[in-house]
Amino acid sequence: MPIHEKSLIRPENLEVHEHLEIEGVDVSGHWSTFIGSRVVADYNEAMEEEIAALPGGEYIHRCWQCGSCTNSCTVNALNPDFNPRYWIYLIRMGMESELLRDKDIIWQCVSCHKCTHVCPRDVVPEGVMKATSHWLELKGHTPKSHSMIFDEVFSEQVFETGKIEDGRVIKRFFKRTGQALAQPWMVDMVKGMLRNLPLGLLTRMGLATLVAPRTKDWGDARAAIEEYVAEREEHNRKALGLDELIQSARTEI
Amino acid sequence: MPDKKTKYKEVAYYPGCALEGTGHAYNRSTKALGKALGLKLKEVENWNCCGAMEVKNIDPKLQTYLSSRVMSIAANKMKMDVVMAPCNGCYHNLKRAEYDLEKDEQSREVVDRLSQKAGHETYQAGQVETIHALDWIKDSIGEEGLKERVKNSLDGIKIANYYGCMYTRPRHIFPEKDKGPASESTSKPHFMDDLLEAAGAENVDFPLKTACCGGAHTLSDSDTSTKLVANILMAAEAAGAEVIATECPTCHSGLEMHQIRAAKTLGIKTSVKIIYFTQLLGMAMGLKPKAVGLHENVSDSFAFVKQKGLA
Ligand code: SF4
Ligand code: SF4
Ligand code: SF4
Ligand code: SF4
Repeated sequence: MPIHEKSLIRPENLEVHEHLEIEGVDVSGHWSTFIGSRVVADYNEAMEEEIAALPGGEYIHRCWQCGSCTNSCTVNALNPDFNPRYWIYLIRMGMESELLRDKDIIWQCVSCHKCTHVCPRDVVPEGVMKATSHWLELKGHTPKSHSMIFDEVFSEQVFETGKIEDGRVIKRFFKRTGQALAQPWMVDMVKGMLRNLPLGLLTRMGLATLVAPRTKDWGDARAAIEEYVAEREEHNRKALGLDELIQSARTEI
Repeated sequence: MPDKKTKYKEVAYYPGCALEGTGHAYNRSTKALGKALGLKLKEVENWNCCGAMEVKNIDPKLQTYLSSRVMSIAANKMKMDVVMAPCNGCYHNLKRAEYDLEKDEQSREVVDRLSQKAGHETYQAGQVETIHALDWIKDSIGEEGLKERVKNSLDGIKIANYYGCMYTRPRHIFPEKDKGPASESTSKPHFMDDLLEAAGAENVDFPLKTACCGGAHTLSDSDTSTKLVANILMAAEAAGAEVIATECPTCHSGLEMHQIRAAKTLGIKTSVKIIYFTQLLGMAMGLKPKAVGLHENVSDSFAFVKQKGLA
């Protein structure tokens, strides 16, 4: 199926004049629609390097713009504005303001790996999507997405105890995102579960929420992981010049 | 080298977190099926979470470390050479860690550093072979073996086989796939189809075998997941399926959850049953529905299996 990636003419660039005369010619109305030209003046030349420095973004430079990723993409099928190939292009060109137009949907990548599966250049576009969402959040362009908060809640628990327990992760996630735990559809689901579950299993699941399952003697692994995480966070801050960014924001205020 | 048939008779079993929680029915049915078929499972001692997708999003090398610890215990402590993981997520992650450790110097360096600090032997690429529950049954018992053992045929049950994303993608982490008809295919996987057919089922032509259910955002972007699941459910029904067979706890609970949610929020009602392949095979081998954890599924398939003569 051929894909129509993007409408080249954006509605805000269409100019229709109710009454306009140029050199004696009447150019009013829809028959004389003008298309304003797009001007990109603010190239951010560091963008590709910054995103490449974040986990997942390493291989962005390999892309040769074949479009296979977009063509295979699960989310693109639901929303044609979700366009990994185009974003990789913008990042490599440094067209930050263009990329920012889509900043609120990039995190929606569902990690189905279809893009990575078909990419002829081993770009790992799925990783680039994650790196780009991180970049947007770290730079303060977007608030933390729910997806990112979920990743954090989940990872924290793994780092803490070596294992996760889904009930606990879900609770913490809803708490941190300020959502009520009892979503109407969830209530229905739980009802469905209660119908059949034997009492023993229920108690076991309840207990698991109270007493999180753990890997024994996890302490040293936990310390090693936490040290590594701190080290990477430091590296990411440096790569994105976040300290300078905060400093300059401070002096401006 | 011993052939797979003997090699897979006794394997290290890595259930993963999901099988201790929402996916408990898969855990129960995998063990019960193994027992009924005379296969031995030795659970990986004191295992940890493989890191799932979430830790990878924070940092892929951390996930590689977490997965490598599991393989290290199996290889170095338990002296096993095969690890079987029924969860697509775990299976994918162990495979991915294996690939990274084989190809990437930096991953090796990080894993070695973390393993030393954590106080266990560093896993070396190639020490174990990671397989999925499908490989395990397919290569140790096989279709012929199953046919001989069928007590309750799945005759007359129309099944859509759903494999999800992580079992086949991305292809480079599965070097053993796409190696001719006897091997698994990454574009049209067939191992589950083969096994269920051997047990008497009729597989329908299902185009969304490897479609994504949006599991990554099941809670953080529920509307997207619901749409993706609704597609899968409707396609299965359109293909004539009465059951969607699953082989992953996350795919399975995603389908169950969003089947309910699709009815609530989109008004799309579907009645196709969602059942683990291990539950279906277990019942075909004569196990009772409860023995394969049918009561632990969210969706209710008791009446259905009864009507099909499996209970
Ligand atoms: S498939 Fe790979 S090479 Fe092709 S556009 Fe996407 S990232 Fe670039
Ligand atoms: S992994 Fe993300 S970007 Fe890639 S195809 Fe899937 S949804 Fe699209
Ligand atoms: S992928 Fe899922 S089931 Fe497997 S260990 Fe990780 S969290 Fe647990
Ligand atoms: S189908 Fe869904 S749960 Fe299964 S691997 Fe894909 S996203 Fe994950």
